Parts: sequence; C-alpha cells; structure tokens
Amino acid sequence: MGRKSTTQPDRRHFCGGLAYLFPAAAVVLLTGAASALGQAPATPASQSGQTRAAPAGQIRRIAIVLARELRDLPPPLSPLDVRPPDDGVAGARLAINDNNTTGRFLGQEFTLAIVQSSNSAELVADTKKQVDAGASFIVADASAQTLLALSDAMKGRDALILNAGASDDRLREQDCRPNMVHTAPSRSMLADGLAQYLRWKRWQRWFLVYGTEPDDKAFADALRRSATRFGLKIVEERQFSEDVGGRAEGGHEQIQEQIPAFTQRASAYDVLMVADESSRFGEYFPYRTFDPRPVAGTQGLVATSWHPALEQWGATQIQNRFRRLANRPMESLDYDAWVAVRAIGEAATRSKTTAPADLIAYLKSPTFELAAFKGRKLSFRDWDGQLRQPILIGTAKLPVSVSPQAGFLHQFTELDTLGFDKPETNCRAYAP
Amino acid sequence: MDSTGHSRVTAGVTRHTSWFMIALLASLLVATAAPAYTVYVTNEKDGTVSIIDSAKLEVVRTVKVGQRPRGITLTKDHRWLLICASDDNAVLVYDARTMELVKSLPSGQDPELFILHPAGKLLYIANEEDNLVTVVDIEKDSVLAEIPVGVEPEGMGISPDGKVLVTTSETTNMAHFIDTATNTTIDNVLVDSRPRFAEFNADGSQVWVSAEIGGTVTVIDAKTRAVITKIAFKIPGMPLDAIQPVGVRITKDGKRAFVALGPSNRVAVIDTATFKVEKYLLVGQRVWQLAFTPDEKLLFTTNGSSNDVSVIDVEKLRVVRSIKVGRYPWGVVVAPF
Repeated sequence: MGRKSTTQPDRRHFCGGLAYLFPAAAVVLLTGAASALGQAPATPASQSGQTRAAPAGQIRRIAIVLARELRDLPPPLSPLDVRPPDDGVAGARLAINDNNTTGRFLGQEFTLAIVQSSNSAELVADTKKQVDAGASFIVADASAQTLLALSDAMKGRDALILNAGASDDRLREQDCRPNMVHTAPSRSMLADGLAQYLRWKRWQRWFLVYGTEPDDKAFADALRRSATRFGLKIVEERQFSEDVGGRAEGGHEQIQEQIPAFTQRASAYDVLMVADESSRFGEYFPYRTFDPRPVAGTQGLVATSWHPALEQWGATQIQNRFRRLANRPMESLDYDAWVAVRAIGEAATRSKTTAPADLIAYLKSPTFELAAFKGRKLSFRDWDGQLRQPILIGTAKLPVSVSPQAGFLHQFTELDTLGFDKPETNCRAYAP
Repeated sequence: MDSTGHSRVTAGVTRHTSWFMIALLASLLVATAAPAYTVYVTNEKDGTVSIIDSAKLEVVRTVKVGQRPRGITLTKDHRWLLICASDDNAVLVYDARTMELVKSLPSGQDPELFILHPAGKLLYIANEEDNLVTVVDIEKDSVLAEIPVGVEPEGMGISPDGKVLVTTSETTNMAHFIDTATNTTIDNVLVDSRPRFAEFNADGSQVWVSAEIGGTVTVIDAKTRAVITKIAFKIPGMPLDAIQPVGVRITKDGKRAFVALGPSNRVAVIDTATFKVEKYLLVGQRVWQLAFTPDEKLLFTTNGSSNDVSVIDVEKLRVVRSIKVGRYPWGVVVAPF
C-alpha cells in the first residue's frame, strides 16, 4: 500500500512534489466518449451486440471538472509514502468510465476536465471558465481556503462543488456552504471512527501527542471531541515540537533515543494517539515509545475512507478495476473522487435528467443513495452536505475493523454516530 | 429410542420387541421420505467444494478446486459440475460423480455467476471486471459471443424457453434483457442499488431481481419489462441497511419465493400472489445463495460469515439443520442423485 498514513488529513502531504511535475496550470480534457469506447471490448461479438441506447442526437452531456490545488509540502518520512502523481485523478477517471458504461444505456455522456494549479486564484479562475463553458459539477481536491473561494466564485450558478480532498470540520460547520457537499470524511468522522474502535477494545486512556502545524492541532481537537463523546480519557497531552531533521538518511540512532525520552514519565495510558497530519514525526513513534504501547491516530492504526486491501462487499472488483486503469493500488483520495463522480452519475441515472439544477437537487435529496463497496448505502446529510459513510480502521497492510462499531446506536442510522450529528451542527448556510 | 427400549426390558420381551419394531419402521419411513441428493457448495476463501449428502445432512467430501470459486451449476444431463473459479479466470468442469477435473472452459475475466441455456449447450457467464456477458459453447469449448452490459454484471437469469437472458449489473443498477437469438440487449430496466440476482418464475411471466444495497426485490413483467412491484423487507430490531437481498428461488408451482437477506441472517418467504412476506427464517450469518433439492422439500442456504449451510424444511418453513462447510461458502447446487 506504500502509503501507510492514508488518513484523510494526511492527504495534503501527498500533494507534495506535484507542483514540480505540473509547473503551470494545466487543463486536461477526457471525453466521456473516448472513455466509454475504451470500456467496450473491440471484438466482432461486441459490435454485433450493440446495446439499445438512446438514438444518436439525443446524447446528453454532463460535464464534470476536477479542480486540483497542487501543494508543495515536505517529502514524507518514508519513501514508501510518496504520493502518486495521479492521486485522486485516477479515481475520478475510473468513475467517469463507470458512469459512461451506464450512461450509454440512457443516452447520457459524462466528461471530465482536469484543472490544476499551485496558485489558488488561478485555479478558481480556470475552474470558473469551465463552468462558464457548461460544466456544473466541480470535484475538488483543494485546501479549505481555496474551496471557500471556489464556493464564492460559483455563487448564483447551477453548480455544485464536491469536496473530495479536505477533511476540515469548519467546511461542514461554521463555514459550510449551500453549494458544497463533501465526499471526503471530516476529521471528526475519522476521529470518531477510531475512537469507537478503541472504546470497543477498551483502550480508554489516551496519551495525545500533536505537532505544531494548524492541521495537527485540528486533528488533536477532533480526537479530544471524540474522547468526550465516547467516554475515553486523555490522561496526558504533549506537543511535539522537536526537530527530527526530516528524513534521516537511514540514521536511526538519534530517533531511537529521542522518542523514548519524549514519551517517558507519562501518566499510565493504554494507547498513544498521534496527531501529525503532514507526517513529519508520527511515523517515528510506533515501536519507539518509552512504554510498550500501541500507536494510533494519523500514524499506526489509522482511520480512512478507503483501504487498498479492502476485499469485502465486492471491493475486490473496484480494486482490480482501479489497478488495471492506474497501475497502482487505490488510495483514499481516489476513492473519495470516485464516489464524487459516481454520485453525479447515479443522480443522473435515477433522476433521468441532465438539467444541472434538477441533478443537484436529486443528489442532495433523501431519496439519493449510492452503493460504494462499503456494505451500506451512502447518502448526503441534509444538515451539512457531508456524505455519511462507514470509516475503515486499518494498519498499512490490512483493514482492522470498520466503524461504526456494533453497540453505538442511533435513532436514524448508526452512520450518524460518526461526525457532527444533526442536533450538534453549527452549519446554517447549507440547504438540501 | 434405544435407551427407552432397554428400560422396558423388565416389562416384558414382547413389549420391548414391538417398540423396537416401531422404531425400525419409523426409521425406514424417515429414510424413504428423504431421498439422498448430492449438494455442492463452493467455499470462496478455501478454494474448495463441500459435498453434502442431503439425507445424512453432513459433509461427505471436500474437494480442492480453483481459486475463489463462486458460481456453481450442473449441466442438464447432470454429468458435469461447472464452477466459476473467479481468480483463475476460468470455468472449471468437473465430473459431478467422481469430482475429477474434465476441462476448463474459456470464461473471460473474473467469472462470477453463470447460467445454462435450457437446451443445455450454451453457458452465459457474467464477467464482472469486463462489463461483459460471455457466451460459451460448453461442448466445443468456444466463445460464441461477448455482450457488453453495465458495470459489474453478476445476476444471471434465463427464461424457461431460453429466449431471453437477464443479467444484472451491480454498479450500473440495471437488469439487462438480452435476446439470446441475436445476443443483443433488448431492454434495460433500472432497479435499486447493487442488483445481484435474477430469477425467472417457472412460467416465465416474471423476473425477480434482488438489490443488495437498495434492500429490495423488483418483480418485472418479463413481456412488457414493466416493474410490477418492488418488495421491501422489515425485520423487528434489525437496522434497515443490514437487510441485503441476494439469492432468490421460486418454487416450481410458482407460489412461494425465498429471498436470502445477507447480513440480516434471514431468508424471507414470500407469497407470490400477494408479494407479501409470510415469514423470516433465521439462518447462518450473511446468507447469499439458495438451492432447492429436486423434490423441493429442502432448501440449502450458503452463509458466508458463519462458514455454514442452513437447511430449510420448505413445507414446514423451519430451519432444520446447520452444516459446517469451508470458509466463505458462496454458491450452492443440488444434483438429483
């Protein structure tokens, strides 16, 4: 799987280096027609086996933009965690193929334009051009700030932003927007998923270690909230601000001394919770703590929306399909982008319309449901636009569990035990 | 019976003997009431087939087959057992009596489920990863056609006259109706999320399609392809999203349908006249596929998470036994011998 820390928060990190690969803003257009053709086998049998579709001229197009903000971040501690250059993009492309295979039975065609830039304003401007040209759906892998700028730029248009890359709770809470839904799980959903599992394990005393970055503090906040929610206790908190000197060129000696020293004389605890979203130090904690304790959080045992080794619920099919398309395992960002593009496709199939306003209304409605290889139907919460979904708990090689855990009950759906529930929400602007 | 008989020895030999005779007669009657059929169960994770004697209700043999065996069926002459070995990308053909490998058929990528044409020669295979249905001549071992369908085809049903094939695609969420004379799609009916199984009733008038994530069974008029009804399920105390319909079987007289409900660990019994659920039968965990014995007295269910097979008495609507098989039992078929 390469990238152990597939937690949503960690994603930002993996955008590192992309700026070098794509120095200037670039727009790539994948036509749905080409993708659809690529899907159909070129055998005489298939040519004779034409499926009944809408007559030519009735093909209706649904244009989707994938907006990627290329972020320059330090390299990950482990070279195995270097982010693939098409992270997220490959997931969106797979979903476009899936949508078009379905679309040809209904006379619908889906196109994907990729807009990317390391400059936020430029990304917004380029995305806007695509919307001016007829796109109504923006699948975004961008920072919270850029997402809000995008949302403002789309005000008053029949366009919907599907956030596939940012886990910031504020986008679902005080900064929620009527024109934005989220396929990426929020930090609070990830932290709740992990906390439920640890509660089930009865690893109830937490030693919280967090980094100096704002995102680290945000994940630490999410963990604190989860601990309170599920009756777990944070018995010790420490901020890790020591310089571990980046990748240590294979030198282990200093780290081997540094981490035990940092973690010693803590109150008695069961599990060390680490909040290091950009992977600057967290990977150094497992097997190096002063007390022999497991590590969970952004490293060690992590909560994610996807795991490349998930095989339950038909996941083997999408994993294989993805690998054939992208030549690598499917990561969480790929999954969240796949879900975003598939959600648009599903809304188009069910509502039998391509009119943007109708499609968007259907996608946000309680009627909408999506099968997405997690054993349950997924849908969007009507109070903040967050996709309700099971959260995977796993280590680098395998999934360990799936939350919600048995016993965490909810009057409507157990999936709403993860993240901010309706009675708790501070979101005022979102409207389904 | 034995111990009761012995305790009565003091009461007189004649009485003992008569009790013994009654016991013997009774056991003979039971034996004639339950003919021995052979039940084959694919174990997805073990790569094996468990063979169950339907009279003894126990596993009599376990045979190693290909990787990730799922769909399983018998040829019309009951000579061959066909198994989708999904990870081997092949359909394996075994001698149903000896379990010796006869040959392997070309199957396309990742075969999951298949169905035989009533005439017995053509096999229609769902290739889950290629979005295709592959048509194979099982005698000549040749691929006759590939029919493009939706994303992740799985469920396969064929009309009793063999003229119409129905395949369900799990991600496209459609039941595709295919004319078997031309191998072309004649209609696509949208159903609920993740359709996994298609079953024609015996007179061919209806097709029942289960939707695993949608939680429903759609009954489609086979002629007009209009949706007749959509059956939903409700089990007290069971979260709705644990009710996930997969396998469907309808009795030959067309009166009752049985639907496997996945992780709700129930099989629903449906009155086909009213489309109402008569009863929910508690079986093993994550029940997926179903098969009747030829006399329709028993129904076998594969329970993926509990690694067992439940046996349902069809007349009494009672679960009479659970039989331990291999890991992740998936498909099941019963031979008339």
